[in-house]
Amino acid sequence: MAGWVEACAVGDVDEEDVIRFDHGGRTFAIYRSPDNEFFATDGFCTHEKAHLADGLVMDDIIECPKHNGRFNYKTGQAKGAPVCVNLKTYPVKVEAGKVLIQIG
Amino acid sequence: MTTTGTKRDYSLVGESTRLAVETGLASAEWYHTDVPRKVMKELMQRSDGPAIRDTIIWIAAILASAAGIIWFWGTWWVVPFMLVYGVLYGSSSDSRWHECGHGTAFRTRWMNDVVYHIASFMLMRNPVQWRWSHARHHTDTIIVGRDAEIAVMRPPDLIKAALAFTGILDFRYSLPTLVRQAFGKLSDDEKSYIPEMEQHKAVIAARWHMVVYAATIAVAIALRSWIPLVLIGLPRLYGTWHMVMTGLLQHIGLADNVTDHRLNTRTVYMNPISRFIYWNMNYHVEHHMFPMVPYHALPRLHELVKHDLPEPNPSMWHAYREVWPVLLRQLKYEDYYLKRELPPTAKPYRGEFHKLDITAAAAE
Repeated sequence: MAGWVEACAVGDVDEEDVIRFDHGGRTFAIYRSPDNEFFATDGFCTHEKAHLADGLVMDDIIECPKHNGRFNYKTGQAKGAPVCVNLKTYPVKVEAGKVLIQIG
Repeated sequence: MTTTGTKRDYSLVGESTRLAVETGLASAEWYHTDVPRKVMKELMQRSDGPAIRDTIIWIAAILASAAGIIWFWGTWWVVPFMLVYGVLYGSSSDSRWHECGHGTAFRTRWMNDVVYHIASFMLMRNPVQWRWSHARHHTDTIIVGRDAEIAVMRPPDLIKAALAFTGILDFRYSLPTLVRQAFGKLSDDEKSYIPEMEQHKAVIAARWHMVVYAATIAVAIALRSWIPLVLIGLPRLYGTWHMVMTGLLQHIGLADNVTDHRLNTRTVYMNPISRFIYWNMNYHVEHHMFPMVPYHALPRLHELVKHDLPEPNPSMWHAYREVWPVLLRQLKYEDYYLKRELPPTAKPYRGEFHKLDITAAAAE
């Protein structure tokens, strides 16, 4: 299937954590949930240009490190001020110990 | 320290705003001390425990001192109770507002929100407006024309700064602002940082505040007593001094229009009582560099990063003594500021991070 890009190895992301992934001049955030599933979103907060990979993952939520903007990283839904715009999410799959994201 | 002189325009929609955007000072990349991800993640972890404990103490002390005011009303014994109540209501509410606004005090979101709204009311601050103004303060800390929360502008108005300790000026600003907002009018500055979709919420919040104040006045009239007003509203006057005493030190006399919190923000060691009232915001450089670290973790963060920061002022008294001559000089030369020295273990101030000529003569 087109557009799948290897983002990292499974072991690169701790449980309930996030890392930054840069590709093609864009920045993404790769998440590992507490139940060991992987997810991907745009790497910057929709409020201001802050790297979400520097933020805190709590259950299904990524919290922006700058202003406490919170998103559900599984759906991209903005959870209230100061974020008003949802986060773009990307399909993710794991193959042979690698995390791949589909960048459209 | 002096820099090239231009008159500052503190409006958020004026010439300084345009310059800040054009020069890249607005929404810029700021200097951060390196902290390993695992350590930062651990520091950012939320917990309800410390804030629940502190909030129980805070509310219990508020209720006890309020009971003392009511019991001893009409005697001199009321004075110490008013002193305690006033500071708890008019000053410590500021740090509760602040930490809960950041969403870091409690792990549980609704707890942050409840305390945030109560503290906003105590402070006569519109909770919607101030949430956005504080977000801007963190994006553009002491960037002239962008930061809505610059407490002492240049050249400094020392009479105004002194009067701030009485709460009179803030009261005169805050109450009419809430009234205006309750009538649905937001200023151009407010509209510049409150998104359009949030502006109606600011109006509704102001109306709720007005309803409570109107009810308080009605009760005072019905009871023919000052006590309701002494307990609700007036502490914003007689109890605000501690908030001003600690809060002014955050940025006063330091650089503006820079993108390194070590240059425009101050950490001051304080006594345990003030730190309880202030919820550790005396570690203010650390807070600005890493705003998602909860107040109870700031002392640990301070120990981790202090090698990279200017030496903290050992006391509030020391900090005020240090800044006083700077303020006096700013009366004549508004570009003058205090550049605090870094220890040898720190990464140097980076010229490319900001537009200041950091080799110029400085008040060091």
